[in-house]
Amino acid sequence: MSNKKIITLNDLECLREKGLSLIYPDKTKISVGMSTCGISTGAREVLQSISKEVKNHKLDCVLGQTGCLGFCQKEPLVEILEPGKPKVVYAEMSLNKVPELISNIANHKIEKEWALCQIIERYSPKFPGIPLYQDVGFFKKQKKIALRNCGFINPDSIEEYIAKGGYFALHKVLNGMKPEEIIDIIIESGLRGRGGAGFPTGKKWEITKSSKGKIKYIICNADEGDPGAYMDRCLLEGDPHSILEGMIIGAYAIGVDTGYIYVRAEYPLAIAKFTQAIKQAEEYGILGKDIFNSGFSFSVKVNTGAGAFVCGEEMALIASIEGGWSGPRPRPPFPAESGLWSRPTNINNVETWANVPVIIDKGAHWYSKIGTVKSKGTKVFSVVGKVNNTGLVEVPMGISLSEIVYEIGGGILNNKKFKAVQTGGPSGGCIPGSLIDLPVDYERLTEVGSMMGSGGMIVMDENTCMVDVAKYFLGFLEDESCGKCVPCREGIEKMREIVAKICKGEGEVGDIELLEDIAVTVKETSLCGLGQTAANPVLTTLKYFKNEYDEHIRNKRCPAGVCVDLISYSIDAKTCTGCGACVRPCPTNAITGEKRKLHSLDQEKCIKCGACYETCKFDSIIVK
Amino acid sequence: MNFNKIDRILEKFSMQKSQSISILQDIQNEFSFLPLEVLRYVAKKLGVPFSLVYHLATFYKTFSLKRRGRHLINVCLGTACHIRGGVRILEKTERELNIKSGSTTVDSKFSLEIVRCIGCCSLAPVIRIDGDTHGRLTQEKIPRMLKKYE
Repeated sequence: MSNKKIITLNDLECLREKGLSLIYPDKTKISVGMSTCGISTGAREVLQSISKEVKNHKLDCVLGQTGCLGFCQKEPLVEILEPGKPKVVYAEMSLNKVPELISNIANHKIEKEWALCQIIERYSPKFPGIPLYQDVGFFKKQKKIALRNCGFINPDSIEEYIAKGGYFALHKVLNGMKPEEIIDIIIESGLRGRGGAGFPTGKKWEITKSSKGKIKYIICNADEGDPGAYMDRCLLEGDPHSILEGMIIGAYAIGVDTGYIYVRAEYPLAIAKFTQAIKQAEEYGILGKDIFNSGFSFSVKVNTGAGAFVCGEEMALIASIEGGWSGPRPRPPFPAESGLWSRPTNINNVETWANVPVIIDKGAHWYSKIGTVKSKGTKVFSVVGKVNNTGLVEVPMGISLSEIVYEIGGGILNNKKFKAVQTGGPSGGCIPGSLIDLPVDYERLTEVGSMMGSGGMIVMDENTCMVDVAKYFLGFLEDESCGKCVPCREGIEKMREIVAKICKGEGEVGDIELLEDIAVTVKETSLCGLGQTAANPVLTTLKYFKNEYDEHIRNKRCPAGVCVDLISYSIDAKTCTGCGACVRPCPTNAITGEKRKLHSLDQEKCIKCGACYETCKFDSIIVK
Repeated sequence: MNFNKIDRILEKFSMQKSQSISILQDIQNEFSFLPLEVLRYVAKKLGVPFSLVYHLATFYKTFSLKRRGRHLINVCLGTACHIRGGVRILEKTERELNIKSGSTTVDSKFSLEIVRCIGCCSLAPVIRIDGDTHGRLTQEKIPRMLKKYE
């Protein structure tokens, strides 16, 4: 047992003080957002350059890092916090801006042009001319509960998590709260599974608790497989302790001494951050034997996936942890009765666990006041695709799609026409523009044929072909079907073949009826969630975008200009300036022309790669 | 083949069958792929049928039975990447390297594979090469990006 072990509330308070001094040091602090999205836009190089410049200016300041603030579109983000002043967040900090930024700090100057916003946490005087965090369109309608610390603390520091109130809920729980009391709070709060299906979390805990058997397990499902959703990655990378605290509270309530987290292999940084968090928690005695001298012991093991979408399905996930073949099996029995190694097992998703400490801290009543009648609290969505502000947003349930797309997302990219939002991953569906005022909660999304899923929200514009989208999802599911049951294995392949045929312009009358017929069979007879929901993207696109299918089948046209067999590229004689920019990127030398004169495109040579379309600054490449 | 490294990996996971996936991952990190003779050896050591180990090695997408090149290129084809032109990025990369996805260049420099979402959707379309993620790609950026790798 190490001497660092936390026992009393006072021990925790001491660490809170230490954490606060790290978050708000007595000298200037420069932090860079270093989650995967930040790093891939160059955050690491920016941090290195800042460090060099700081040395050059002999500045006495602290360099730090944070997780993802959610506004990924504006990465890399750099935050400057001078003692006694608000924190200024600078957006799109490329390497060439760093020298000026640091020289400004040395001269106590603020570069208003580059500032995204200012965050006032402790001090009231604000900088004139820089919007407040809560006034920025992207953040205005958000309510951060699960993401409360993401981008605000250094995920490598357990002290900073404690400074934000972390592990106080756990301390409260282990010092006098009965397990039943905790389960009641979670039930009353109305928290539902954030992984997709939306089963009431407290209810799930109760079933596992009351299942027969001495040995039970909890699992954190971090196999975030839905393409287009990445909130779990951001939480694991940006605030791993919030998930861990939720798991420990859950373990105590259910009566479990071992937990697992199953993280997908595609998230190496998330695995590293969470593994480190476990180690820190063990050092402080927050994990391990006799936590806070309460007699309760708990440990967490990390299992990594190896790239299989079906492993997000709970039975397949369990099989994968057991080391066997990752195949689903019929339910019941449900994992709560017979799961990991046939013991009662409670599985919750990353975001669900991260909500738990706040609910314990602020109470069921507080939480249940947020959201709609049946869907309580907030939900994190990844707003991506053809939208101006891509990023992670956490909003109260019941907010409308239009608020998310237009107010938070800043509208459609390049002022194009909004066509649809895809939610729920490959199990979900496409919601058309006509339903833009739909309030977002579990029930309403299901009513329109889609589902909540893990929270991916892919925005599509007039240049997105809905038949192609259906083909894409079927291709994805065909690849990922484990092959165990016939309807899923064969049905998805057949559906994909039909849709691919339609995209090629070889569709026939009767194809749609056949598609609908197979879709219903796959839905009704598949073994697990993958197959049971596989038809949703097809059914919703057929329901809302039947005209696009008809155009492909009857007129051999792709109205969105996507399906390569049905489109051709040409040059607009009216707008072509003859700049020649499109000539070089063309891989087949299909474009020719003299400088400053109208260019021409040889249809025979064109492979329809779209490189010219991407390059032309005058919108002179026409896709038809 | 020298099986010392394999033995060390097996010992690290206490020869537990339930750790087979992690064991295979470590082996792949060592060799960049899963050689068949190693899979046979692992099955024997763990006391499980070869068919089970072979099944795991072929079921999970990150495992490869084929020797990979020095750099592994993963072109993301998640939904956001698809919508924002991921397929074209893939085709451009294929043309640049003169190989199809799922194969390795003749000089063993690059292996090209597709991946279903690496969770960098806000920067779509993206490619991951070894550990680095390249986002907001256009076809034009591909040659320059590839040049960075030796």
